[in-house]
Amino acid sequence: MTDTGYNYAYLDEQTKRMIRRAILKAVAVPGYQVPFAGREMPLPYGWGTGGIQVTAAIIGQDDTLKVIDQGADDTTNAVSIRRFFARTAAVKTTEKTVEATVIQTRHRIPETPLTENQIMVYQVPIPEPLRWMEPRETETRKMHALQEYGVMHVKLYEDIARFGHIATTYDYPVMVNDRYLMAPSPIPKFDNPKLNNSPALQLFGAGREKRIYAVPPYTPVKSLDFTDHPFEVQRWDDCCALCGATDSFLDEVITDDKGGRMYVCSDSDYCGDRRAAGHVGPQGVDADAYQRATAAE
Amino acid sequence: MTMIPQTPLLRVEGLTHYYGSRLGCRDVSFDLYPGEVLGIVGESGSGKSTLLSCLSARQDPSSGRVLYQSRHDGEIDLYRVSEPRRRLLMRTEWGIVHQNPRDGLRMTVSAGANIGERLMAVGARHYGDIRDQAIDWLGRVEISDDRTDDLPRTFSGGMQQRLQIARNLVTQPRLIFMDEPTGGLDVSVQARLLDLLRGLVSSLGLSVIIVTHDLAVARLLAHRLMVMKEGQVVETGLTDQVLDDPHHPYTQLLVSSVLQV
Repeated sequence: MTDTGYNYAYLDEQTKRMIRRAILKAVAVPGYQVPFAGREMPLPYGWGTGGIQVTAAIIGQDDTLKVIDQGADDTTNAVSIRRFFARTAAVKTTEKTVEATVIQTRHRIPETPLTENQIMVYQVPIPEPLRWMEPRETETRKMHALQEYGVMHVKLYEDIARFGHIATTYDYPVMVNDRYLMAPSPIPKFDNPKLNNSPALQLFGAGREKRIYAVPPYTPVKSLDFTDHPFEVQRWDDCCALCGATDSFLDEVITDDKGGRMYVCSDSDYCGDRRAAGHVGPQGVDADAYQRATAAE
Repeated sequence: MTMIPQTPLLRVEGLTHYYGSRLGCRDVSFDLYPGEVLGIVGESGSGKSTLLSCLSARQDPSSGRVLYQSRHDGEIDLYRVSEPRRRLLMRTEWGIVHQNPRDGLRMTVSAGANIGERLMAVGARHYGDIRDQAIDWLGRVEISDDRTDDLPRTFSGGMQQRLQIARNLVTQPRLIFMDEPTGGLDVSVQARLLDLLRGLVSSLGLSVIIVTHDLAVARLLAHRLMVMKEGQVVETGLTDQVLDDPHHPYTQLLVSSVLQV
């Protein structure tokens, strides 16, 4: 115990047991949204209150925690959640995907393949994939119960009618275990294939909506599509400007006001690892030169 | 005149609905045969819409039975079968045309998607096919195909109503419920809609239960009429017979109240 005045990992033991029960049910029924008594957390809704409660319920002193926000380990949200658990749960933290046992994430799945020893915790703003088509919760629950998911294709139809292709790029609806329609949280559809048959346990926590759902290891997860408009992930013409990767999700960075831009890996750990291994992109410098430059400062 | 087959499509026995202690409709019984159009007329508050909701599986009646002759599984008791079966029936063999198109349409998606929804709900997963059928049906209800990708809110009232009809008919239902389909439309638009409906009903062999307070609409569309007052059926018969020779005092009042131009 590092900070006095709080229970281990901030939440009291009864709350953690309640959340664990919800998680167990979620794992037993893949993709089903289990209601839980979400607590007030010391950060605003929308900043990861659901994910942080799930993490608090599953974390132990032997764990190593990694927190990513839009793929990066060094953004405000990621840094403060990591620090929060370092103080309240006395866990080791890391930025390395391979070292982590629990990875809390907002909007990305790491590029480095996950293993059976890892748990992914997703922060979810809106857990109900049918919400934009059907505003009534009573009705969406019934639609899940009866597997009436035709209306989800109406949204995809509408995309094709307007844009000529399925223009939904994030929070792309998936079918879990051929049974439940699920919102994969606002990850880019680039990451959807990583959900399928993943060796890691994947937990989803929605704090405002007070729902927990899960994809157990090695569960089939299929992205919805039409037979004549099959599911596709994003592609880029460029490679990462820093590490030269062509297989990762790239962020566009505007570099000046004359139209200059560069594309860099959104996964900062993946990009760093590649540069440390000697990969250099068109605008990057090699790792040794970088270290010499930063050491000189 | 087409021959009417012997087995009724819908059999209604002693249908009664109370809202608490207040009467909605009481002891309504009738048979509806394939290809038949039944009109339900009466003033506001006479229980027409309650009856229609109970018939179309949208409201559990307090007592009574509704038996439907389904396409594949023989006769089913509507309020005895499981809810999934009932909802599947509503998507495949039935259609409901609401008085206000906003209740029956998805206003935030295009006309094409509105028509395609039922197809996707029963498993269609080929965009091109869905779209072709949507355009075909828009044509049949006299909406030009360059409006396929427009939102229903950009349509006129009459077009919205026609779109709602197309959306219901795309899965080739056998029974359509209509609640005041021409309410709120001006007379020339009404006339065209009625013309269209008559054409569709006869070409597709649809059975229709239509609720209206407009006796002219009833005369044009319905083969048979049921007159309701205070939740009860006071008179039934062939449309011409009921309108030309009304027996019940209330029907006489109703017929004589029609404004003459």
